[in-house]
Amino acid sequence: MNLLISSAVPRRSAMALASFVAVMLVVPLFAGNYVVSMLVVVLFSAYIGQAWNLMMGYAGQLSLGHALYVGLGAYISGALFVHYGLPPWIGMLAGMAVAGLAGVVIAALSFRFGVTGVYFALLTIAFAEFTRIAFNHFAWVGGSSGLYLPVVTLTRDDIVHLRGSPTMFYYVLLALTLAALALSHLLLGRRMGFYWRAIREDHEAAQAAGIDVFRYKLAAVALSATMTAIAGALMAFYDNNLYPDTAFGISRSLDIITAPIIGGLGTLFGPILGAFVLTMLSETMTSLSANLGVNGLKQWIYGATLLAIVMLQPAGLWPWLKTLLRLDEGKP
Amino acid sequence: MSIRPLLEVEGLSKRFGGLQAVDGVSFEVPHGAIVGLIGPNGAGKTTIFNLIAGALRCDAGSIRLDGVDIAGLRPDLACGAGIGRTFQVVRPFSTLTVLDNVMVGAFKRTRSTVAARRAASQILERLGLAEKAGATASSLTLPERKRLEAARALATGPKLLLLDEVMAGLRPAEIDLTVRIFAELSREMGLAILLTEHVMRAVMALSHHIVVVHHGQKICEGTPEKVARDPQVIACYLGTAPTKA
Amino acid sequence: MLTFVNIVVAGLLTGCVYGLMALGLSVIFGVIRIINFAHGAMMVVAMYAVLVANQKFGLDPLVAMPLIAAGLFLAGYALQRGVINRYITRPEHEQFLLLLAVSIILTSSTLIAFGPDARSVHVDYAYDSYEIGGVLVDKVRALAALGAISGVAALWAFFRFTRTGKSIRACADNHVGAEVVGLNVKQLYAVTFGIGATCVGASGALLLLLVDVQPYIADDYTLLAFIIVIIGGLGSMPGALLGGLLVGASEAVSGFVIMPSLKSMFSFGVLIIVLLVRPQGLLGRHV
Repeated sequence: MNLLISSAVPRRSAMALASFVAVMLVVPLFAGNYVVSMLVVVLFSAYIGQAWNLMMGYAGQLSLGHALYVGLGAYISGALFVHYGLPPWIGMLAGMAVAGLAGVVIAALSFRFGVTGVYFALLTIAFAEFTRIAFNHFAWVGGSSGLYLPVVTLTRDDIVHLRGSPTMFYYVLLALTLAALALSHLLLGRRMGFYWRAIREDHEAAQAAGIDVFRYKLAAVALSATMTAIAGALMAFYDNNLYPDTAFGISRSLDIITAPIIGGLGTLFGPILGAFVLTMLSETMTSLSANLGVNGLKQWIYGATLLAIVMLQPAGLWPWLKTLLRLDEGKP
Repeated sequence: MSIRPLLEVEGLSKRFGGLQAVDGVSFEVPHGAIVGLIGPNGAGKTTIFNLIAGALRCDAGSIRLDGVDIAGLRPDLACGAGIGRTFQVVRPFSTLTVLDNVMVGAFKRTRSTVAARRAASQILERLGLAEKAGATASSLTLPERKRLEAARALATGPKLLLLDEVMAGLRPAEIDLTVRIFAELSREMGLAILLTEHVMRAVMALSHHIVVVHHGQKICEGTPEKVARDPQVIACYLGTAPTKA
Repeated sequence: MLTFVNIVVAGLLTGCVYGLMALGLSVIFGVIRIINFAHGAMMVVAMYAVLVANQKFGLDPLVAMPLIAAGLFLAGYALQRGVINRYITRPEHEQFLLLLAVSIILTSSTLIAFGPDARSVHVDYAYDSYEIGGVLVDKVRALAALGAISGVAALWAFFRFTRTGKSIRACADNHVGAEVVGLNVKQLYAVTFGIGATCVGASGALLLLLVDVQPYIADDYTLLAFIIVIIGGLGSMPGALLGGLLVGASEAVSGFVIMPSLKSMFSFGVLIIVLLVRPQGLLGRHV
């Protein structure tokens, strides 16, 4: 715990974090399956959001095709399990390797050819779409009909084979989310984090200060991609069915990034807060529009809320919440 | 026995399309010396800086630092070789704090955050920015940002510091202070400085040696006194045809 | 062989409409430097407007086109002036989120108003075709292409000959300089966005002659517009048209030669190559 609170973390912040973790640890004991399943969605979003935030919030590389890494992690581990019975955690490693490699290729190509900013964002979309369509025609993974993982009903949770109740996935994801938080905090305080933020601010000034921009950008992308693939693999074994259009689709890429941006780009807790807010909003909207029976109302309110947040709190909700709760006070 | 100069620039040339920005410029900066590079606007001074720091590739000529050829090195590698630079239009890392800005530079010398923080704090102290350590870089005034940029470059532990118009916009009292700071730093650390300036007061006070460029060519060099009296130099600043002395 | 030629021609004609649509995006990005992620959504709104004009008032899309285009100009102008203008200097991800939100609102509005099913417009000449030199050309396609080309020509004339048009080009080249010379940049940006919206409106009207409209096609067309604009060259008007023609033709051909579902993959592949090798596109100025 000391490693986490090494650099000056304000006391109120630390207490808030501790309370949050405590609550999250006990929720499944009281809440029903519906709440737990919803929280699983939240945690997926929070974790992937943190992975994306690393690349964008810290290193300033706007990836609009992050679904690529989710899809690769999901499909590789899923397909290896379906065809060879490869245990999920091993398959996950394979998925991580492929996703990491894909990220490195994209980053290296863009760097080599000087593709930055908007063009880089479009390049990421292109790669994701290209892969999506390719997988739609890839028989080994089931093509557009989808890949189905055999589901076994067990009496107990089996974490080694990732077969179990939503509660099991909940705790796995919670652990991952907290690990990602710790990792982000750690990296921020070290040279890597400083160099990333410098690169995000100003490429050339960063170079003049002695930073090998290429190497550090590559590291950000590779780390982000690999982390995201982990979530992809878990998703495969949670949903037990995969379709290229949903796995690699642009809607997923857009969903991935709205949470961290709404929560607060480049902040530690932004992605987590954003995930909670957006998932709650989405769930409320779904039940609301189900009652009202109007098709499209849910999306409309979702869009309007996004618009409101962008216009009123463009830096995200976390900085606002932080000030509201006075979490910056009580520095040690 | 002669000691080799720290920086040796020979026959440096750079062309942009139809414009010969730098034309066969040669000069030296001895170890620990402060050399001023002056000339009217558009004379090629910043281009020379960019060539030395690796932001641009020269068309011809050589640049040696401590005997090692550094021409064409990537800017971060040039920094590793010992070149620290500031930019004419300041480029701070805006959303980072002043301290963090300098720490970025300090990380060139160490991997440890603690050591980097210590080194950065010391440099901020020397440059009179210690009070602003926790402020965001974007909240600084322009003169403070110029000092911040110099601090960041200093933190990388350079052998040669390139200062690009670091006195611009300062009041006379501030100029004198900044001159004193850099003179002391140079003396204490054995740091060589190459500076370009329009503020003559500062250049004359600080430099051991001055190189004058005009239209990309070196037209004069020497001690501040000698250069100040050179008719060609006076003419290029005032715009009249040079009279033979 | 003849079938192949027919297909290519059909693709080229469709490509003209694509070109007009992409032109709107190119103009917006070329001048305001903002990525209009709501492009496809705006077009879908225009398509539905034309549908209503056709079903309620019996207007042929070609007749409705100028009206819809004008309407969209006003909407685009208002949107830029009222909402988007503040975000021009903001970081890219904020702009992106803003336009994404607008896109979602527009798309879901059409979903609420018209439902999820595909709708199409009915014109009397829907099945007519011309035969030109042995090549079979659909009348709808020919008319749509003609409409698109006249739209592009009108735009070209606007930028070339009118004072506002030239002012906008000045803004695109150097917006600080433009302000210094006294041009009302904010106003011009709003006009530019309006023009972009007009292109989208006009091309939407024409596209409705060729395809069905559904709320969900918005994102596909935004992406398509991007592909075309990147390939043709951001900020280049002939580039957008050329890109449109290329994409239209290659889609038609690859749909015929390979599997139809792979045709977008081909487009994305080309996009990747262009982004890497020649980001300024075929006709764009150096990036």
